[in-house]
Formats: sequence, C-alpha cells, structure tokens
Amino acid sequence: MNFMQEFGQQMVNGIALGSVYALIALGYTMVYGIVKLINFAHGDILMVGAFAGFFVLTANGQDPSKISNPLMLVLAFIIAMAVSALFGVIIEKTCYKPLRKAPKINLLITAIGVSIVLENGARVIPWIGPNPKQFPVLKDIPIIDGISQMIKAQTGVFISPVQILSFIIAILLMLMLFYIVNFTKTGKAMRAASYDMGAAQLMGINVDNIISVTFAIGAALAAAAGILFALNYPQVEPYMGIMPGLKAFVAAVLGGIGSIPGAMLGGFIMGIAETLTKGFISSKLADAVAFGILIIILVIKPSGILGKNTREKV
Amino acid sequence: MLKIEGLNVFYGTIHALHDINFEVNEGEIVTLIGANGAGKTTTLHSISGLIEPKTGSISFMGSPITGVAANKIVKMGLCQVPEGRRIFANLSVLENLEMGAYTRNDKHNLKDDYEVVFTRFPRLKERIKQIAGTLSGGEQQMLAMGRALMSRPKLLLLDEPSMGLAPLLVKEIFSIIQDINKAGTTVLLVEQNANMALSIATRAYVLETGHIVLSGDAKELAASEEVRKAYLGG
Repeated sequence: MNFMQEFGQQMVNGIALGSVYALIALGYTMVYGIVKLINFAHGDILMVGAFAGFFVLTANGQDPSKISNPLMLVLAFIIAMAVSALFGVIIEKTCYKPLRKAPKINLLITAIGVSIVLENGARVIPWIGPNPKQFPVLKDIPIIDGISQMIKAQTGVFISPVQILSFIIAILLMLMLFYIVNFTKTGKAMRAASYDMGAAQLMGINVDNIISVTFAIGAALAAAAGILFALNYPQVEPYMGIMPGLKAFVAAVLGGIGSIPGAMLGGFIMGIAETLTKGFISSKLADAVAFGILIIILVIKPSGILGKNTREKV
Repeated sequence: MLKIEGLNVFYGTIHALHDINFEVNEGEIVTLIGANGAGKTTTLHSISGLIEPKTGSISFMGSPITGVAANKIVKMGLCQVPEGRRIFANLSVLENLEMGAYTRNDKHNLKDDYEVVFTRFPRLKERIKQIAGTLSGGEQQMLAMGRALMSRPKLLLLDEPSMGLAPLLVKEIFSIIQDINKAGTTVLLVEQNANMALSIATRAYVLETGHIVLSGDAKELAASEEVRKAYLGG
C-alpha cells in the first residue's frame, strides 16, 4: 500500500469517525444555543441510546452476535432515538427547567450530576450492569457489503460496512436537521428563541416547548451516534458515553458553540485529526491531540471557527 | 380594554412599580411617558407576562392576565414591540414576520396580512429575503412593528419606537402608529420622547420612579406647566 492509499484510508476512517462526533456535537451546540448550557449529560444520553439499540438487536429470536436483518437495524435506530429523546425531555423538564432563572453555574453542576446519575444508574440496573456487553456486529447485509467491496475494488481503499452505515445515517440525519431548522415553523422558532428568548416569548412562541424539542432532537442524534459507536467497537457499557461525549464537546467548541454548521465541521475535523494521529504518529497520542485542539482553540479563537463573537445583551 | 389595578413589581428588594393604576379603552392611543428608569418598560413587561407582579391585577378584554404565560397573552390579541426592537437578527425579514404570526392558525388569512404589512412598510417587501440584522435602524423598527402586526393584535404595546432614530424617521414611525390605530388597533405607547407621544395620543399617564404622578387628556398635559418643565424641555 503506497502512501496516498494509506492517507486516503486514514481520511476515510477519520470522516467516518467524524460523522459520529458531528452527530453528538450537534446536540451540545443546539442545547447551548438555546439555554446556554453545556449539557454534560449528553454523552450519557448516547449511552442510553446505545443500550436501547442493544436491547432491540438482541431481543428474543435473534442472533446476538450479528445483525443481518436491515429492518431490525432500522427499528433499533428508531427505538433508540425515541427512548433517548424521551430521556432528554424528561431530564430537561425535571432537572434543568426548575433552574432556568438560577445562575448558569448551578445548571452546569446539575448537568454533571445528571451525568453521574445516568452512568451509575446504568451500572445498578441488572440488565445492564457494570460489565461491557458484546454488541452485535454488522454482517451479511448484502447492499452495504456490496458497496464496500465495490469501493475496495475500484480504489483500493477499504470502507467497512459500519463506516458506510455511519456516512448514510449521519448524512440522512443532518439533512433532516437542516430541513427542520430552516424550513419548519418549529425550527424557525428554535433559531428565533436562541437569538432572543424574551423577544420570542413576546411573539407568542412557547419557549418551554421549543426547549423540549431542542433537547429531544439533540438526544435523538446522540442515540444514533451511540449505535454507530457501539457497532464500531463493538461493545456497550455504562461509561461508554464519556469519551465520545467529551470529544464531541471539543468539536462543538472548535466549530463555534451555538453554530450548527460549526458542530458538523468541528466533528469532522476532530475525527480526521484523531485518525491521522493514530495512523501516522501514535495511537497513544490520539486523545492528547483531541484535547490539545481544545486548548489551542480556546487560546487562539475562543468563539470557534464558525462562531460569532457574542456580545452581552443589555 | 386593558385595566391595571394596584400593580406592584419588585426586582429582588427594589420596589420598581408602586400601586400603578391605569386603563386603556378600545380605539385609543394611550401614552405612558417618563424619564429613564421610571418603570415604563417594567410596566409593559408585566402586561406581556414576562415579569410576574407581586400584587395587583391586569385584565385584558375583561379576563385576568396576571400570571398567564406570555405566549397565551399574545394569542389573546395583545402584542408588544419591545424596546430596542429586538428583531431576530439571524432570521430573514420574511422569517421574522412568520414568527410574528406564530400563534396564528388561520393560514388562509395570513397571505392578506403579509400584504397589509408590506403595503404599510414597502421597504420590508424589497428586503424580504435579507437577513434582518443587516437592516438599518429605521427598517428594523418597521420590521419589529410589522412582526407584531402579524399576530393581528387588538392591543399593540410599543416600547420606545423612536429610540435611536433620526428625527425624520421618528415622524414617519409616529404617523404609521396613527395609521395603525385608525385601522382599528388600540395602542399603548411608551416613550421618552414626550413631545411626539403627546402629539398623537388621546390620553397620557406620567410615570416617575415607579409612581403615576399625572394623568389626563394628552393635549391638556402637553399644555400643562408641570409637564412642560419636566419632560418637554421648558
């Protein structure tokens, strides 16, 4: 394998990983945009989604070691996203909403608390427990395998079935999000409320509902990312959301927190930076590079690549 | 139409409004004038449901609206053009107007209302796709007013519509306010520019450090020595 092929391979790996980070980062950035909260429980929502998907895929009558029925996979995504969205909304209503008028630091500490409760709650629940569980492997789905083999034959670059699935799911969800945010009444209200919540209320927008919808969408995206993440590894465990959650948070800051295109861009940059580091320098340095990026961006341009310098409203 | 009785508002321990009583009758332009910090905006925010008053009652068209959620008040037909315009600068002109119509479910009538707004503010029609943040100050004020009109308010609250505008534009905005009123919308106007406000209002209240100190016919107030000295520059 020559250098260009090797480089191409690492770029593919990076973009695949980046699409997962981008999905998670979107949740951070959307929630921050509207309630100015870094939702540190977001990574754990990913874990909730991954487990929901796990239970669907290993339910009675299925081979727990592999997924060969595309319909079950679709069902797993839908159920996981719904479960996580519900979690997101319940957490918002019970934990964050009562603190809407409190200082932001209270909200932040609450988010960390919610994160700890979710992680350790999962460890206590008997069906989950503290030990990692084997996640079924994506196998023998003819369409995806076919695409993978075709690309390999044409270019010499191997794109695994999971990576292909990551691209498809990520692009599909991002297009849906783009449509919702730009062309639906709720999406426009989300943008309006994130710009000026008081003015949005004065226009008759029910801001509480808009905030719930934002949490639901962010959580659903995290759940999809959770399944993709679990398919990659392939295992699920209660702490699995922490690392991808933190890296996606860095991605959101890198792209400019509050900016939706920024979160996507940041996600891809993070994914590519991580795989290039693993491929060409050392896999031990991957995490150091990820958080090194956070430090550099905070020093050079704290508002992020696509973020605007926000001014305090008076 | 709007009746406010014994309104007391606190910010923490600061007593911002003391026993405010006033009313607005259907068809009127009523103005609330006073210096900076007198409590004008606080009064409007209390009416719109953004601030919860400590005591007192606010009723609109006969039903109490104290403690009612802000979005429900808009739906009842009471809409505010906030101080500093507060348009959604990240949305296009058209999207801003759509947000004004957020509470409306009668889609078939919406088209006519866009036309009404565009005939009143032709500049907005020229800039329909433009991002609202790139409009000039006067255009932003027009957009803020057009946005509020999209909710088809029975009572329109205007908070300092003249703020930061050139005198010629102020005149234009005030004549538009009169037009809106003639078309059947009752107006409650809050202003620091007392001269202009009194010239178009039917009745006026003067607010001073959270108290209503004077009230009456706008023409009479404009002529009174006390008001001239304090608010109209002698």
